[in-house]
Amino acid sequence: MRPQDVEVVRGVVLARSGVVIDPTKTYLIETRLAPLVRREGFASHAELIQVIRTRHDDKLMWQVTDALVSSETCFFRDRAPFDQFRGEFLPELVASRGDRPIRVWSAACSTGQEPYSLAMIVDAEREQGGLKGTTVELFGSDLSERSLERAQSGLYSQFEIQRGLPIRMLVRHFEQKDEMWALSPRMRQMVRWRRINLLADLKALGQFDVIFCRNVVSDFDEASRRRVLEQLALALPKDGRLVLGVDESVVGVTEALQPAPGRPGVYVPTPGYRRAA
Amino acid sequence: MKTCLVVDDSRVIRKVARRILEDLGFEIAEAADGMEAMAWCRTAMPEAVLLDWNMPVMDGLEFLRQLRAEPDGDLPIVVFCTVENDLDHINRALDAGADEYIMKPFDGDILESKLMLAGLVA
Repeated sequence: MRPQDVEVVRGVVLARSGVVIDPTKTYLIETRLAPLVRREGFASHAELIQVIRTRHDDKLMWQVTDALVSSETCFFRDRAPFDQFRGEFLPELVASRGDRPIRVWSAACSTGQEPYSLAMIVDAEREQGGLKGTTVELFGSDLSERSLERAQSGLYSQFEIQRGLPIRMLVRHFEQKDEMWALSPRMRQMVRWRRINLLADLKALGQFDVIFCRNVVSDFDEASRRRVLEQLALALPKDGRLVLGVDESVVGVTEALQPAPGRPGVYVPTPGYRRAA
Repeated sequence: MKTCLVVDDSRVIRKVARRILEDLGFEIAEAADGMEAMAWCRTAMPEAVLLDWNMPVMDGLEFLRQLRAEPDGDLPIVVFCTVENDLDHINRALDAGADEYIMKPFDGDILESKLMLAGLVA
């Protein structure tokens, strides 16, 4: 790919998703776009870029964005946040929410492993009486239609179900379907899905007691990162919690959130922070 | 250092597994079938066993059943690693006392992830 074509792609992705693509990773960009080039019948990457340049085809530009921002994930990724969700967040919220449902949002969840991991935890806790009748509503969102479709299907390859998922959970929740493993309909129905661009206005989504948004904002440019974190802060009640990725933080980005004492990776709304309209 | 006994009749698989496991900080012992593996365990019980299913002389499932009946045979963490990839086989392995289960083909990520789930690596 020519440098000027790489710049077109970077501009398209940044404007739509806030994600900054490393211009030196030409090979990665080409690899990610190759299926799209094939699917849409272009002769080459150059032709795809040419069409974008001349026609400004919105659908095509979204497909390019889709191809470049979707990321690999796995079940129970990094483990610790899930142990914390089960051992601390759920009991605390069950105690404080009582009859009101606990709302949990897995933002930018790619192919769905994160919200389904949460669903398996909720299911196990419910079975063991840990929820004391409190309902837990799980939401999964992503920018990419294709990722969301895959997430909703609950179908995973043998490779995917072997990363992070304990074998007993596989036996309990999955069935073999040809070459793939299919999550049970009961588990799939525990998660509600929606295509959400984190850069859009998120006010209409309402409040969430727990938001997982991991390994997402670190790919964003600084302005987008601040915008997203401040919007997520607005979606949290006073005692809500935001879980970021291992190498991510709000420090130096926004004052709307602060680290939760003694809980690495967890952030809470800053008390008294002026909530901008 | 923790010892992992790699039990597989394929020398290639043993070599691949050895390389990954050594990188994860294990000391490696090798056995080509269940009988050889049993002899190892009676001499020095390893902390972990990576276990193939289909092998000559004694298969992995039979080895596991005998191991779990030995004195201290409940101590090793046993991770099956086999081409058998259906729920029936997985359930039989778990019933016989397996801790985790890998379906071949596997790579370093999968092996590490499974050892983590089994509590063998942090």
